[in-house]
Amino acid sequence: MNRDSNIYIFSFAAIMVVIVASILSFTAVSLKPRQQENVRNEKMQSILHTIGIEVERDGAQAKYDEYIKEELSLKADGTVDENVDAFTLELNKELKKTVDEQRFPLFVADVDGEKYYIVPLRGAGLWNAIWGYISLKEDMNTVKGTIFDHAGETPGLGAEITQGWFQERFVDEKIFSPNGELVGIAVQKGYGGGNNKDDNAVDAISGATITGDGVTNMIKERLSHYLPYFEKNNTKLALN
Amino acid sequence: MGKEKNKTSKSPVVLFVGEEKEPLFSKKNRQLLSDPLNDNNPITVQVLGICSALAITVQLKPSIVMAIAVMAVMAFGNVIVSLIRNLIPNRIRIIVQLVVVASLVILVDQVLKAFAYDVSKQLAVFVGLIITNCIVMGRLEAFALGNGLWKSFLDGIGNAAGYGLILIAVAFFRELLGSGKLFGYEVLGHKGATLAESTGLYAMGYENNGLMLLSPMALITVGIIIWVQRSKNRKLIEKN
Repeated sequence: MNRDSNIYIFSFAAIMVVIVASILSFTAVSLKPRQQENVRNEKMQSILHTIGIEVERDGAQAKYDEYIKEELSLKADGTVDENVDAFTLELNKELKKTVDEQRFPLFVADVDGEKYYIVPLRGAGLWNAIWGYISLKEDMNTVKGTIFDHAGETPGLGAEITQGWFQERFVDEKIFSPNGELVGIAVQKGYGGGNNKDDNAVDAISGATITGDGVTNMIKERLSHYLPYFEKNNTKLALN
Repeated sequence: MGKEKNKTSKSPVVLFVGEEKEPLFSKKNRQLLSDPLNDNNPITVQVLGICSALAITVQLKPSIVMAIAVMAVMAFGNVIVSLIRNLIPNRIRIIVQLVVVASLVILVDQVLKAFAYDVSKQLAVFVGLIITNCIVMGRLEAFALGNGLWKSFLDGIGNAAGYGLILIAVAFFRELLGSGKLFGYEVLGHKGATLAESTGLYAMGYENNGLMLLSPMALITVGIIIWVQRSKNRKLIEKN
């Protein structure tokens, strides 16, 4: 058959597409359970990391069950929606809904008698989505730990938000101002506050202004939805 | 023009028939493996595939995984294209090559996500970008389309090894000088907060060179490798 005829070219392309599509879909379907398991375990690892517990991926489930006591899906008014599983809630989908329809996952951990509240975060960096977790101590004001991740920030600049030294800057910062207003934690350029933990600000990464602003906005925006719950459940709130 | 191309693409096939009886590792075949390591290295001599080499060489582990991934894609890509080279319609050959490479890359990506999740996160977009890696397409177009199965396989392995060799060399220097580690293990000693707590080279006052972790230093490292290679291998120096 003439290899340059249109019929040959079309049939070649058609057969090739069918073969390639079947191989790829077979692989994707058969590997999916393993990949989802990885994602699940990583999520548990991240949540545990914010409360200072480091685990291997394989051991994540056991430690998670040990420390995380409650998984709550909050409504905008601070009440708990029992019908929604907080762990499998996908923030990227939630963010597309109106605030009233959104559910806000909250994980409550108990580590040696200390209670921690872990709030999942999601926002926009410079190039793509950024996300992470922030855990608050029992006063619902002081940060215990954070973890951030990103989809496409610039390596060496914005992508540095995934680094430990950046995330450690948030430890012991307060999310409320002294007069009780939720201000979050500002990632500030040219911050001169040193180790001052009461000023709601940390030093930014040079060259990553927009990613830093993304982190600032993400923390404040996400936490603001938990205010009703915090107010209901904490009498000590904002007593800095 | 199309006819002319047809003639050229058919002639190597005839050559191959004549060479079929040569031993598996004849001198020529061995050269297919060894040439890309030095005289015809895809990175240092042909200066292809630089982008991924710059981005992922911060640590040794992702570099090695990337090298293996590229090797798998190139070896199989070359073999597949060589297998169907007499069936591929000349007019859509680039599309066919792209489809072959793209499907292989998706396969590699899926396998990494299932079995090496951490590394797949570190490599991020760069596994996907193997599709656009000039070395891969270049070998398919320049070699596999005109040569037999075994030779194409060797050529793929050889070129990927040449690429991997440089990747690993660059990653070695960047990880060692940038973070004082190799494969994540501290080899220059332990870096403490104070000089007294440090061990190894750090105790003598050595500081990690953070610049090595940034992409520009990868370019400079590749440059130095090219320089060293050319001063050793005089025939690579272009004559004006």
